[in-house]
Amino acid sequence: MVRILPQTKAAAVNPLKSSQPLGAALAFLGVDGAMPLFHGSQGCTSLALVLFVRHFKEAIPLQTTAMDEVATILGGADRLEEAILNLKARTKPTLIGVCTTALVETRGEDCAEEIATIKLKRAEDIAGTEVVLANTPDFDGAIEEGWAKAVTAMIEGITRPGQQARQSKKIAILPGWHLTVADIEHLREMVESFGLKPVILPDISGSLDGTVPDRWITTTYGGTSVEDIRELGTAAQCIVIGEHMRRPAEVLQRVTGVPYVLFQSLTGLRGADRFVSLISAISGATVPAGVRRRRAQLQDALLDGHFHFGGKKIAIAAEPDQLYQLATFFTDMGSDIAAAVVTTDMSKILQKIPAESVQVGDLGDLEALGADADLLVTHSHGRQAAQRLGIPLMHVGFPIFDRLGSQHKLTILYQGTRDLIFEVANIFQANRHAPTPEALDPLRMRDMPDELRSSPLTRH
Amino acid sequence: MSSLSTKIQEVFNEPACEKNRGKDAKARKEGCSKPLTPGAAAGGCAFDGAKIVLQPITDVAHLVHAPLACEGNSWDNRGAASSGPTLWRTSFTTDLTELDVVMGQGERKLFKAIREIKEAYGPPAIFVYSTCVTALIGEDIEAVCKRAAEKFGLAVVPVDAPGFVGSKNLGNKLAGEALLDHVIGTVEPDDAGPYDINILGEFNLAGEFWLVKPLLDRLGIRVRACIPGDARYRDVATAHRARAAMMVCSSALINLARKMEERWEIPFFEGSFYGITDTSEALRQISHLLVKKGADPEILDRTETLIALEEGIAWKKLAAYRPRLQGKRVLLNTGGVKSWSIVHALMEIGIEIVGTSVKKSTAKDKERIKQILKDDNHMFEQMAARELYAMLSEHKADIMLSGGRTQFIALKAKTPWLDINQERQHPYAGYDGMVELVRQIDLAIHNPIWRQVREPAPWDRPPAVKDELPSTKSETATVQAFKKFAGATAVDFGAC
Repeated sequence: MVRILPQTKAAAVNPLKSSQPLGAALAFLGVDGAMPLFHGSQGCTSLALVLFVRHFKEAIPLQTTAMDEVATILGGADRLEEAILNLKARTKPTLIGVCTTALVETRGEDCAEEIATIKLKRAEDIAGTEVVLANTPDFDGAIEEGWAKAVTAMIEGITRPGQQARQSKKIAILPGWHLTVADIEHLREMVESFGLKPVILPDISGSLDGTVPDRWITTTYGGTSVEDIRELGTAAQCIVIGEHMRRPAEVLQRVTGVPYVLFQSLTGLRGADRFVSLISAISGATVPAGVRRRRAQLQDALLDGHFHFGGKKIAIAAEPDQLYQLATFFTDMGSDIAAAVVTTDMSKILQKIPAESVQVGDLGDLEALGADADLLVTHSHGRQAAQRLGIPLMHVGFPIFDRLGSQHKLTILYQGTRDLIFEVANIFQANRHAPTPEALDPLRMRDMPDELRSSPLTRH
Repeated sequence: MSSLSTKIQEVFNEPACEKNRGKDAKARKEGCSKPLTPGAAAGGCAFDGAKIVLQPITDVAHLVHAPLACEGNSWDNRGAASSGPTLWRTSFTTDLTELDVVMGQGERKLFKAIREIKEAYGPPAIFVYSTCVTALIGEDIEAVCKRAAEKFGLAVVPVDAPGFVGSKNLGNKLAGEALLDHVIGTVEPDDAGPYDINILGEFNLAGEFWLVKPLLDRLGIRVRACIPGDARYRDVATAHRARAAMMVCSSALINLARKMEERWEIPFFEGSFYGITDTSEALRQISHLLVKKGADPEILDRTETLIALEEGIAWKKLAAYRPRLQGKRVLLNTGGVKSWSIVHALMEIGIEIVGTSVKKSTAKDKERIKQILKDDNHMFEQMAARELYAMLSEHKADIMLSGGRTQFIALKAKTPWLDINQERQHPYAGYDGMVELVRQIDLAIHNPIWRQVREPAPWDRPPAVKDELPSTKSETATVQAFKKFAGATAVDFGAC
């Protein structure tokens, strides 16, 4: 049984977390024509915005209620209303996703009530625009929680409730935040290759995949349509990826009766096998030749790659579901998890992490616990620790600002697992140390009896 | 070419070669190289063999006089390690073009190449390798080298081993001849001592000789020249002043060892640093030979003390692997490594040897292996790829140890495999090397991927109960399908 070690330090050193509203905003960004709105001081928005831009290298629609001192004292309802009306008038979004911040939550604002009032009072002004609310104070949770709350809010606020006629070929998919643009695209193609019609919520592959539209658009331009969110209840089944997506899936089931299946990870041969078997069973279609080929390629990648993994010590810092995805990937390849650092102790998945202990903490903890590791695995902020320790860094998660194309890295199913194997093996090969006489000297660390002592002779 | 063919005759006539001694005069004259079968030949040529033997000399510039393929397709492919100079890893070739060949500009180009290398890199020596094309068109490499050496004031050594003259093994020996003719004995050392030895045929792959050298250091034994692993040109040039020699890879450099004994009275023995007993035996023999040549006999006791200590440590480390490896079945399929000592160490910790190739083993080795295995059915000269694949597919071995060429037979048969030939990344020499080998066997056998790759695709598995196959028509059946496929336990994977 894995031990979860609570954080005991007062000072977080090099934080691992990104804030909860940022996670919620990211989910809203996966909806077509959306405009996430942070309810807080404008700094909350601009800091998150800058981080998004550094990661995605895209213009990111993200607005703020710009709480000032007066609003902070007297209440932010007016700011919220003004912001919503302004956004509606200027950008005509189909969805405004309100993410609260620590500021308004601390002052105890009843944002749900406020939004209900605004919707009532301004029904005409905001007609055609959905407004949903995610309560995401910065002092709680991280991206996982924020993302899941936003998806839950969209289902509760937009999806038509009640049992509906099911379309047997329609599948709802609720991916966790840690799936990349490439992962989502791949999921869609995989499901479609079985003749099924997937509705993916959120779908960042439509909005954050880095395209060049031929006009300037101020909202997101792509992603799940609001109409599709509304019609989620007509799906035959729902597939959920990541333990943190259990809550939205449960809500969808409660609201519409659509049952769900949850995959804790789609990385690795077994997870991929289960997924493919499932959609094959749902669709009644046989597994296409292309998918069989990908499976065989993964088998070969396992064979060719395992030489580089066996006995390696891996130190990972990530949010719970991504930690599980990566830790199981590495242990399935024969590596050991030397250090596992996570953002929270609240996730059920932590009990399944294949490590002796999981430390709730920061990158300072990763640096301390992973000092003897062969590989650090975390986001870009881990680069300083990697440099100080002289250990290579594998970039995963968010933010990744010193590498291009992280959104297009595939990490799931046969192909994604294959690519991950190659990426890691290549990192190891690129960082191989040439053998030296000093490192190999079998007597280096040993006390020798005196009679065997003699000065080492060396000719060069 | 006449001097080359004389040389080849001479090499084939090697009196120290055990195989050769068993032949009559006529058979000996025919030489060892079996005629190659077009369409069924595998393995390197004489040029390859010569380059393999000489290239690990680290401060030498190795210049291949040839069209691109000879060097261009083969450089930077072996894992010998250097503790200093890196010039040996820089690839030099004259890259002859059609025009060079037709116009006869090869010699001039070679001379120019030597000058460029001398000016840009200033090495103590340049080794010039002849190849099929340059031999065929009659380039006088020896003359060019001589002229260049005089003109530029550095050693320029011709290595006359064009590919068509024979096998890789022949090339190994011709490289030895080049050293005898042009390098060894050309420099007098100012520090010769009674404990100086040569190690011949040790390549320092993955730096593995550094697992052994500290042991020799402890005994006060100095390696005058290790040829070729991590050698410097000067080491090789002064090697004639060593008192004794150990020949590690017998078939490669036996002519070198014997002729050094003839010319400079350096006695040698054939030994191996692979396996625990072999390593001990090698240390013992080195000390004995030194004492025979006038060293203080007290070294014998010190050697025994060191052996006892190191063996104790190594066996203890190995014993830790016994619970994990007992009863595991190993197939040894290798030409280069003298396997009996490894066989011995593996069996000591409870590993079963289900087969070992004895292609390059001596008669003495074979006898020892037979005694250890108690069953010569487990010895084979060579196994065809298909046979090997069949054997591994039927899980008749838990792991195969071999060289890179048979790697994919094992992997495609979904069987663990460990590289024990020249491309490998891990050092296996000496006491610690044996422990490392066992550690790597453990890691390979117990890697969790084997379970995964052997599992058939779920859609290829026959369903246990036919009725369980879900139908998409019925919603409850689909829900059942979820429960069945989504995870080991439906509860964990989603309460529907």
